[in-house]
Amino acid sequence: MDIFQVGHALEWMAKTNEKVQDNKEYLTSLDQAIGDGDHGINMARGFEEVMKKINGVAYQHVADVMKDVAMTLMSKVGGAAGPLYGTAFLKLSMTFKGSEVDNASFSKGIEDALNGVKQRGKADVGEKTLVDVWTAVANAFRENKGFGGEVILQAAKSAMEDSKDIKATKGRAAYLGDRSIGHLDPGSVSSFYLFESLAEVINEGA
Amino acid sequence: MKKIINDPNQVVQDMIKGLVAAYPNSVKQLPGTTVITGFDVPVDNKVGLVSGGGSGHEPAHAGFVGKGLLDAAVAGEVFTSPTPDQVFEAIKAVDSGSGVFLIIKNYTGDVLNFEMAAELAEAEGIQVEKVVVNDDVAVEDSSFTTGRRGIAGTVFVHKIAGAMAEKGGSLNEVKAVAEKVVNNVRSMGMAISPCTVPAAGNPSFELADDEMEVGMGIHGEPGIERTKITSADEIATELTGKILEDIEINRNDEVAVMVNGLGSTPEMELFILNGKVHDILTEKGINVYKTFVGEYMTSLEMAGCSVTLLKLDEELKELLNAESNGPAFHS
Ligand SMILES: Nc1ncnc2c1ncn2[C@@H]1O[C@H](COP(=O)(O)OP(=O)(O)OP(=O)(O)O)[C@@H](O)[C@H]1O
Ligand SMILES: [Mg+2]
Repeated sequence: MDIFQVGHALEWMAKTNEKVQDNKEYLTSLDQAIGDGDHGINMARGFEEVMKKINGVAYQHVADVMKDVAMTLMSKVGGAAGPLYGTAFLKLSMTFKGSEVDNASFSKGIEDALNGVKQRGKADVGEKTLVDVWTAVANAFRENKGFGGEVILQAAKSAMEDSKDIKATKGRAAYLGDRSIGHLDPGSVSSFYLFESLAEVINEGA
Repeated sequence: MKKIINDPNQVVQDMIKGLVAAYPNSVKQLPGTTVITGFDVPVDNKVGLVSGGGSGHEPAHAGFVGKGLLDAAVAGEVFTSPTPDQVFEAIKAVDSGSGVFLIIKNYTGDVLNFEMAAELAEAEGIQVEKVVVNDDVAVEDSSFTTGRRGIAGTVFVHKIAGAMAEKGGSLNEVKAVAEKVVNNVRSMGMAISPCTVPAAGNPSFELADDEMEVGMGIHGEPGIERTKITSADEIATELTGKILEDIEINRNDEVAVMVNGLGSTPEMELFILNGKVHDILTEKGINVYKTFVGEYMTSLEMAGCSVTLLKLDEELKELLNAESNGPAFHS
């Protein structure tokens, strides 16, 4: 893949939606263990609305898809995840605006999204939040010069798995202190689905 | 799951419909939103007060919309913070030009969504200030983490900030007194049975017949320890003791007490607890100025309670006594 097109963006969202719907109960059970048990429900509701919003729209630019995704997640997800994912997609949209989305621009977009999320949530890497997965993916993009599906997938996967051993210091799981250790972070898992989907789109489009 | 509902995904809308039908002369729903406001908002020359959060804590927060209380409450999905667009609608609806004050419980979701709404409002020239309530002493307080949770003590912020706004206080005066309440209010809860989020369908945790969870959060977040259930007196002693370790309340100080039920604890049990709380305070020479026993901040059908102490001064006493009238709060 050289250029990430509108069709790829739509496919990315469709795949993410599928994974989130299929794993709605799983995400919720992860959040029941160390949070309040709404993450799967929130994400499923949000991505269902995203699909309703973007289906059948004749988009001219990837940035416009990202903007609609951002606004929908922001107004439909709620919880901590809504503003955070909303911010991430809004940053992608802003970075992609006005030019073709090649690897360099996608890489910059992920970096900007990560910084936006960190600023909004005041979390840094290593606090057992979705920031960990986004950081790993941003690094993978930076180090890999072309769109590398496998690299992205592995980076996201290992960061997601590593979240298990971290003690949460941000988000609702932080209330548990040491008892958050040994559980996967639900937001890291939902971010993993997002990047697993992206990797699939890249691999199929290669 | 056994619940009296129609559709797990419609509980918030269905609840709001029934709530508005029950109090047609005092509250209304902003069309197309999950915002409940007072009937006559915006009130001329008055600071508008907005609170809200996930649903499932009824009567919080819509039950505290009314004269001398909140101007609007924003209801999110069950246990999920409402979204910025909804909070923004509430802010616009209650702004009379005197500014809007947001009362936020300290959860990441609530803080993020209300902050984004405040930014949207400020971009439209509305003055917005906020307070974040973090009264739960069960959770360790640290500036490096998310910090403490906001629970039943929030109701005292609604009441006192509401009274200040009602008597014509400026946005800064409302903020100052709200911060004073936050600095002087502490709570702690416990649970003996879990609750089920309708859309999840199963309880978020399990407790054996003879177990209790001390420090339980109001969303089913685990507490600080799980032990064998003890007597009401011992529970009152543990909760009150934790609070008094955390805040300095001396002989001859005056406090307001709230013994709050989490959803399916009978008033009988709340009164039993309250009796012991009073004994403990009396023994320490602390004067109870006013007591509130009942359901103020629930957690669906969870069984359990929380104890809240608010240390009072003359200003807080006067505002606590001021007239107020909302579906779930009169004085
Ligand atoms: N400050 C933060 N920065 C980045 N990510 C965060 C932060 N706080 C929480 N998260 C992520 O959000 C996920 C939880 O999202 P969820 O939608 O369940 O929100 P929530 O905390 O339950 O919100 P609410 O408090 O409104 O119920 C966590 O697993 C974590 O990855
Ligand atoms: Mg959650």
